[in-house]
Amino acid sequence: MPLFWLRVALTLYGVGLLYAIASLWGGRQFLTRVMLPAVGLGTIFHLVALTESAMLVTLLPPSFMHQVESLLAFLLMAFFFVVYFRYKTVSPGIAVFPLVFILMVSASSPAAASNTPSPLATPGWILMHVGLILIGYSALFFSFFASILYLIQEKNLKAKGLAGGFWSRLPALATIDEIGYKCLVFGFPFMTLGLIAGSMLAEFRYGATYFKDPKILLSILMWAIYMVLLYTRWSAGWRGRRAAYLAAFAFGAAVLAWSVNNGWHKFIAQ
Amino acid sequence: MNFQLIGVNHNSAPLDVRERLAIPEAQLPDAIRTLVQQPGVDEGMVLSTCNRVEVLTSTRQGSDLREFLCSYFGVSPDALHSHIYEFQQRDAVRHVFRVASSLDSMVVGEPQILGQVKEAYAIARGMGAVHSALEALLSRAFAVAKRIRTETAIGSSSVSISAVAVQLAQKIFGSLSDKTVYVVGAGKMAELAARHLIGNGVGTIFFSNRTHERAVQLAEAFGGQAIPFDQLHDTVNRADIVLTSTGATEPLFRREHGERLLSKRRNRPMFFIDIAVPRNVDPEMNRLDGMFVYDVDDLQAVASSNSAERKKEAERAEQIIELEVERFATRMKSLAVVPTILSLQEQCETIRQAEIDRIRGKLGKLTPEQEAAIEAMTRGIVNKLLHTPITTLKSTAAGPEAATIHDIIRRIFNLNKS
Repeated sequence: MPLFWLRVALTLYGVGLLYAIASLWGGRQFLTRVMLPAVGLGTIFHLVALTESAMLVTLLPPSFMHQVESLLAFLLMAFFFVVYFRYKTVSPGIAVFPLVFILMVSASSPAAASNTPSPLATPGWILMHVGLILIGYSALFFSFFASILYLIQEKNLKAKGLAGGFWSRLPALATIDEIGYKCLVFGFPFMTLGLIAGSMLAEFRYGATYFKDPKILLSILMWAIYMVLLYTRWSAGWRGRRAAYLAAFAFGAAVLAWSVNNGWHKFIAQ
Repeated sequence: MNFQLIGVNHNSAPLDVRERLAIPEAQLPDAIRTLVQQPGVDEGMVLSTCNRVEVLTSTRQGSDLREFLCSYFGVSPDALHSHIYEFQQRDAVRHVFRVASSLDSMVVGEPQILGQVKEAYAIARGMGAVHSALEALLSRAFAVAKRIRTETAIGSSSVSISAVAVQLAQKIFGSLSDKTVYVVGAGKMAELAARHLIGNGVGTIFFSNRTHERAVQLAEAFGGQAIPFDQLHDTVNRADIVLTSTGATEPLFRREHGERLLSKRRNRPMFFIDIAVPRNVDPEMNRLDGMFVYDVDDLQAVASSNSAERKKEAERAEQIIELEVERFATRMKSLAVVPTILSLQEQCETIRQAEIDRIRGKLGKLTPEQEAAIEAMTRGIVNKLLHTPITTLKSTAAGPEAATIHDIIRRIFNLNKS
């Protein structure tokens, strides 16, 4: 049953995907009207799916890789709605919807039905570790995408505002900046606590060898860049191009850290 | 019923003619009262703005509105003749729709006209001069104007330099309410742009000018603060928006100033609106991250591209107007048969009652059941007989043969005498 709801959500997110594609081509009159209700409904069904799978399996949701993807997709959608309600902009959608859609295709694939059991048995700490890090990832993704929008908007304005189409409807530069910055500040404690939780867990169960895992090394690199991002913002007010490059680095490291070794830590997979 | 419209606007008449016809608001009720007393006029309203004076009426057989205009304003018909336009029926409907939607305005898409039409309508309605036909026309016109505003981008971009400057400032800073503006120089254009920025709610405003007294005057007029010109470079970092319009022959702000400002402001963006010729701000500064420099030509280019965009949108709006005129005409035609249907029903009802009274005299006293049976039977006969004429009237109301059918039915049933 959770898989069914997940697929309903996937279908509804498909509308968002179409919207994202159409936005880049300029024609989106009709889609604009149906997009928000569709993805909103999708997010609700998604929540139903997550809750059901949490109740069906006694293990908590993120103990399966597919469910981790599903949870990340859900968090991204939640972030999208927070930004929408606070800033009245749907611009992040053009990046969020395709990503969520891809995550959901994988999360609701038939393979997801066969219970690949987690090699981990104690869900409490794992859940905390994965959950915190996923929130951090979502925030970092939003911040990264906001810095790209910032660059586009800055370029538009410097080109003396003659660009038309979707890009001319972006929110104000200051608003984009605020979205990026607030996401960054919001995500940092989650990312930090998530990494600490993971380290403590690994140290406790596997000893010091866990440090040699590429996933851990990449995560630490990502965290370091994340901190540099925040620091330069606080001390020198870095925004625009330089902030975008840093955010791109941090995001790249995050994607690598996520994808390396099929999502599992080396020491667990062994 | 007939719609008739007569008037002058910025295209048809020069200002001195429009001035002579303009009606101050206090005098509008009087003009409307005189208008509806004209022979043939059922309903009427008068719209008088600085760009147009128009008289709209709904009449039975048509009315001489030119005569009304000339006599009311005491102008000779010859003086007005070449400046007046007059529209009837569909053309009048189309014109009202175009005016309300701001397609007939001097600046196409400007939003004030709809409010002015609404006000003129409210005054006439309050006096009872607008009720059925004009009521229908005006409420449709407001709906059409709203539709055009939502379905086309006709009013969404700015076409004047100061409006473009404000729009750009909002594109950079979002809300302007906590932003600081620094006005350097005291030209007319700078004053206009400053007025526009204040109108859009900027927080603080500074003035600086080589002649300090002038800066003080402006500061007093706009509720700002005057700063001596020699302190300009030490204080300008407080501003988010800098408006320059001095007569300086060398740029006041160069790239190195920009770099220093950015570091003082910890990279918070700055917007330079340079309306001075020769320019007060070195265009090189636009290359710095977070510095946005627009000169007069840049602003003008945005304004022109916006007006080109507006023209395109206006074409789409005209298509919507055509569709709406068609719809409205169809609706009015179907409304036109309503009186005929009513009198047809009325006449048959009179005949039915008369026949029942006659038969009752012959039959003597009837039981309630018999009464009910006669009532039901006669009603049934009348309804069945009337069914075809009424449905034919309704279904052909918008078609080309409507007038013929209408006329035939009135004659067959002898409705014209009543």
